[in-house]
Amino acid sequence: MIEISKLIKKADNKLILRGIDLKIGKGETVAILGPNGAGKSTLLKVLATLIKPTSGLVKINGLELRNNQMKIKKLQGYLPHSSLLYEHYSPLENLVFFGNLYGIKNAEEKAVELVKEVGLSFFLNEPVKNFSRGMIQRIAIARAIIHEPPLLLLDEPHTGLDQGAISILNNVILSMKAKGTTTLMVTHDFKQAADICDRIVIIKNGKVADDFRMEEKALDTVSEKYQLQVEGVS
Amino acid sequence: MSANLEREKGALSSSEPVAEKGILVPKILFGATVISILASIYLIFIYSSIEKTMGVVQKIFYYHVASAWCTFLAFFVTFIFSILFLAKRKRIFDTYAYVSAEIGVVFTTIVLTTGPIWAKSSWNTWWAWEPRLTTTLILWFIYMAYIMIRQMDGVWDKKARLASVFGIIGFIDVPIVFFAIRWWQSKFHPIVFGNGPSQKGGGIEPDMLVALLVSITALTLLYSYLLQKGVTLENMRIKVTQYKEKLREDLEN
Amino acid sequence: MIRSALLIAKKDLYSELKTKQVLATMIIFAGLVILVFSFAFDPANNTTKAVIPGVIWVIIVFSGILGLNRSFISEQRNDTMQGLMIAPMDASSIFLGKFLANFSMMLVVELVSLPFLFLLFDFQMYGGFGYLILVLMIGSFGFISIGTFLAALAANSKSSEMLLPLLLFPVTSPILIGAVQATKIILTNIEKLSSAMAWIQLISAYDVIFFVLCFILIENVLEV
Ligand SMILES: Nc1ncnc2c1ncn2[C@@H]1O[C@H](COP(=O)(O)OP(=O)(O)O)[C@@H](O)[C@H]1O
Ligand SMILES: [Mg+2]
Repeated sequence: MIEISKLIKKADNKLILRGIDLKIGKGETVAILGPNGAGKSTLLKVLATLIKPTSGLVKINGLELRNNQMKIKKLQGYLPHSSLLYEHYSPLENLVFFGNLYGIKNAEEKAVELVKEVGLSFFLNEPVKNFSRGMIQRIAIARAIIHEPPLLLLDEPHTGLDQGAISILNNVILSMKAKGTTTLMVTHDFKQAADICDRIVIIKNGKVADDFRMEEKALDTVSEKYQLQVEGVS
Repeated sequence: MSANLEREKGALSSSEPVAEKGILVPKILFGATVISILASIYLIFIYSSIEKTMGVVQKIFYYHVASAWCTFLAFFVTFIFSILFLAKRKRIFDTYAYVSAEIGVVFTTIVLTTGPIWAKSSWNTWWAWEPRLTTTLILWFIYMAYIMIRQMDGVWDKKARLASVFGIIGFIDVPIVFFAIRWWQSKFHPIVFGNGPSQKGGGIEPDMLVALLVSITALTLLYSYLLQKGVTLENMRIKVTQYKEKLREDLEN
Repeated sequence: MIRSALLIAKKDLYSELKTKQVLATMIIFAGLVILVFSFAFDPANNTTKAVIPGVIWVIIVFSGILGLNRSFISEQRNDTMQGLMIAPMDASSIFLGKFLANFSMMLVVELVSLPFLFLLFDFQMYGGFGYLILVLMIGSFGFISIGTFLAALAANSKSSEMLLPLLLFPVTSPILIGAVQATKIILTNIEKLSSAMAWIQLISAYDVIFFVLCFILIENVLEV
């Protein structure tokens, strides 16, 4: 699904990504861990075609990132730190707008269905600006998956959510996974990473520091390896 | 003048960081600039005749016109390098575009100060809303805006990209601005080359023409020298920040 | 491309309809400009008629710039600009959509404020109404198209509200000269229509050149 080789990103002479090599197969759910400023968000932004890499090759579904932006944009659902929602609009209006942009048919039906799935049917027509962080995040994930993308890029989706919201979010991700969606998820929450992901990639200082599969849901393994790589404790 | 342009281009392409050439070219440019400026001063003040109606003040005309030419040349160079930058995204193109725009603004300022002096003695008014002068004023505003874009905060490639876009827009605007202003108000400027149809004494004597051409050559050489020097300085500045960044990183790790 | 552009324009106009912030500000501002001009130039005086064409364009330029400023700044909250940029469409669609929204708002402001101006200054039109509309349309078209483009450019700066006028005014000077001249001829001296038409042609040429240029270059402006 994703092939990244020798990916380098410079900003003002500062190397943010220094040669990332990564291969992710179809249907995998991958957690990306790493300390702040490691370049995780930058990596996701490159994949989402938001920033151009300085050098290196990125292929998504066999398509070169540089030359097939339009096709690749359709394949992805991207959820960054911010919600990408219009504040004066209600969840329904937001989702219908983005659904139409992606050219899906019956955008309205789909929007109503998704709002129900994230448990906010009651607030369907309230403006988003009155929502709490958890509610906004649930609508934001609905926005990212409105066009049923085969690839999901999530940047710290669990940050600032309560337990209920986390489990709703996880259910959405798992149901997407059941449909064969590939997911890349940046997170600081080891428990969620261990719970829903089947592969962990640790990024440090713009490089892949570790990359391993999760055989069973072993939270201990994750934190152990993370500490080894990041804090140098063994 | 075309010979000048050729030399100009030669200077541009050879000022890439080849070590020996890199020292030789600015030296030659510097020498040529000094000699031609001295020659132009001689020609202007001693050789060429004093104009009948205006007297000595007319001498300012040579550098006024030559600066105007350099203004145009400088912004044209910015335009070309802006296009090159957007196409190739090489930092060196952006540096040329930026330095050239800065020099262009300096020349524009010269034109805008010599213009009113000329206007005062020729038309007895400090500022004339005359097409070429007004266009130059607008040019000055456009390229000040260009420099403002460069002063934004952010990473260099973003600033370079936005400035290049504006460099292209601004330059394409120039002929239209000139055209519009000429339609709007055209009564003052003497037509210098060829026979002015209505203005008497607007033509130019052969000795004045020689002085003018030498002045233009001199300022063009000065421009190329400044451009070359400015780009070298800018490159050094970039190198220094690169080293600093490297040092900082080495210290961190 | 047109479809996405229309969606964006519709989104902007609909959200404007909900909040009425920008449009209300623009119209009130236009009213204030008229008020200030009536203090500066005595409306009862007959020579005042000569400044009316200028006032029309001062209203358009200054209230227009208020709307243009908001057009891209409003996409910064919650990074919705990124939402548009990751959607499957060209940068030129975003430009076209924003242009359509700004242009419609500009027309609404003109529609409300100009009759008000003519009324307050007791201005008699001598024919040429159709031509006046034509000049207003193509003048606003050029001003808003290059304005939308430069607003996208200025939005990258922290002080974009201050930067935009500095970028926009010198670049649009041909439109402003041409439009004021053409308006003056049409309003006061309709016999000289042919020279007004010459100005209209100049503005149209400007419109076409810069609209195409903006289309080509916008991709370089809307990168992160
Ligand atoms: N636009 C930018 N300009 C300069 N530096 C940036 C920019 N964006 C991110 N960085 C730097 O890149 C590094 C990685 O950032 P990011 O990818 O956001 O890290 P994280 O792994 O915490 O998500 C940080 O050190 C940050 O300072
Ligand atoms: Mg991050």
